[in-house]
Amino acid sequence: MKIYDMPDAQGHFGPYGGTFVSETLIAAIDELKAQYLHYRDDPQFQAEFAYELKHYVGRPSPIYHARRLSDSLGGAQIYLKREDLNHTGAHKINNTVGQAMLARRMGKQRIIAETGAGQHGVASATVAARYGMECVVYMGSEDVRRQAQNVYRMKLLGARVVPVESGSKTLKDALNEAMRDWVTNVQNTFYIIGTVAGPHPYPMMVRDFNSVVGRECLTQMPEMAGRQPDVVLACVGGGSNAMGIFHPYIPHESVRLMGVEAGGEGIASGHHAASLVAGSPGVLHGNRTYLLQDGNGQIIETHSISAGLDYPGVGPEHAWLKDSHRAEYVAINDDEALHAFHTLCRMEGIIPALESSHALAQAMKMAPTMDKDRILLVNLSGRGDKDMATVAERSGIKL
Amino acid sequence: MSRIPATFERLARAGHKALIPFFSVGDPSLPLCVPTMRAMVTGGADIIELGIPFSDPMADGPTIQRSSERALKNGVTLHDVLATVAQFRQTDNVTPVVLMGYANPIERMGREHFAGQCAAAGVDGVLVVDYPPDEARDLGQLLGPQGVDSIFLLSPTSTDARVKEIASLATGYIYYVSLRGVTGASNIDPQDVARQIARIKAVARVPVGVGFGIRDGATARQLAETADAIVVGSRIVEEIEASPADEVPARVGALINRFRQAMDA
Repeated sequence: MKIYDMPDAQGHFGPYGGTFVSETLIAAIDELKAQYLHYRDDPQFQAEFAYELKHYVGRPSPIYHARRLSDSLGGAQIYLKREDLNHTGAHKINNTVGQAMLARRMGKQRIIAETGAGQHGVASATVAARYGMECVVYMGSEDVRRQAQNVYRMKLLGARVVPVESGSKTLKDALNEAMRDWVTNVQNTFYIIGTVAGPHPYPMMVRDFNSVVGRECLTQMPEMAGRQPDVVLACVGGGSNAMGIFHPYIPHESVRLMGVEAGGEGIASGHHAASLVAGSPGVLHGNRTYLLQDGNGQIIETHSISAGLDYPGVGPEHAWLKDSHRAEYVAINDDEALHAFHTLCRMEGIIPALESSHALAQAMKMAPTMDKDRILLVNLSGRGDKDMATVAERSGIKL
Repeated sequence: MSRIPATFERLARAGHKALIPFFSVGDPSLPLCVPTMRAMVTGGADIIELGIPFSDPMADGPTIQRSSERALKNGVTLHDVLATVAQFRQTDNVTPVVLMGYANPIERMGREHFAGQCAAAGVDGVLVVDYPPDEARDLGQLLGPQGVDSIFLLSPTSTDARVKEIASLATGYIYYVSLRGVTGASNIDPQDVARQIARIKAVARVPVGVGFGIRDGATARQLAETADAIVVGSRIVEEIEASPADEVPARVGALINRFRQAMDA
């Protein structure tokens, strides 16, 4: 087993990552880094985190062998890591619990968050309610429209949702706006970034909090199937659920890691959100990574049926895993994801998030080409209740 | 050597402080850019900061965001920004021009190529908001030998160690961000700024300017008592927004003249 110890002390994953922020944020980031490094090694912090994950989030999440689906495909066995069964319905809560615990220890009474599909916003609003903190969630006005239910959920939980009208009015603009809030209110505010992007230490910290997913799989897979999977698959927008399940598997070199990006209307159409498959390196949101950008370095608008994957960058560790060939990255387009969504509903009685449906679609593509004793482990990162309106609309049904 | 040190020396001899207006290249249009720069100089600007438009200006408030969006809508690129400087240099070889922007357009062009292009166009300084010194030491090393200064930000939250580090790297001038916030904010505290400027000047080898949230001549005058330079951005962009295109140079020139009068009175 090779030792994997990325990132370095400055948050670099090879040429990627780092701390590309304005001087106005440097002190806040230095403080965050010092505090996180301290509590990461604090047994009391880790014990409380484990307690919260068990009793509040509902961990460990089970792994489910999707037998009917596997049989119908006639090849490899598909196993699902059921992050959809977590409290709030996705993996996002693992990270927000961890960051909110850190915020409390740092004496920050106010938390802010950005959200795309609304899952991270809901998870942030949830922990804010749980710990009695003020919560402001920035959300692109386009996403506010697409995810009205999640907006209402956040409000029920006591959060204030601020629609962002600048730029493309989606996740990247929400992130810009949250950064602006953080710069302004840095003394009393903790910024909970929802993915493995942003300046160091966020990519490392969010990965660490989500790595519980992969660690559980490492023990659950041998119990269930007698061995580790052949391939681990996860969807990649910013890439937090993927890093969460990949990271503990990185030293297990016989396990293939496969990240699935949003192919939108197809890579050739230009309407997609596949930064690793079709992008190029650049600097955005505090780190160097693969971006969807034009020839002049302007960030271009992305498209995906799933708001949670609609992001023009990607976590810098994924950029490194791509370049070092430890992980492979592919794209699944809207139609393929929708097909996987409907198939899982009908075959297994599980309604997956449209994001997770991308990973599932890739597994369904690969399974028939593989022997029946091969194992594909899909991170079913979230449930699809939030996507009812989107799916109905695509099917020409008015709810 | 860039045109910046000579400018500060001239001002010091006259007992004046530098007035540094900012606007985004391409707002309201590319052809109006050089006439606006000339009007700024006539109105009393000492150094001009030109914004490189970027799709995701994280450190900017709504006014400069809108300005950047208008410029991008006009198709303006980093190449156009450099060409604008070169064109301005045909008639003005004295006024320093500083480029201010974000990392990604420069990353895309390539740092080395960018440094060469800056020198060729007649750029005097470069301020990249999201290139802290740790991530971009080589850009300074590329710019310096070509006579282009590396300008860095300091903020109210910068530690003493950080102030010292940046003071040792900065050339041209240091840009002190007057408040905790984004450009165009309105929570500036002149007394706090004065204390902070004194803290920076104790270790700085270059002049110290102040910007973010300076909206009127009275504030500019007050801050100029301690700072060596006053940067005005959002207020100018508002004037551009409020003016019919053909009146932009004249109205911006007149606005700058009001700041000038207040600062020199």
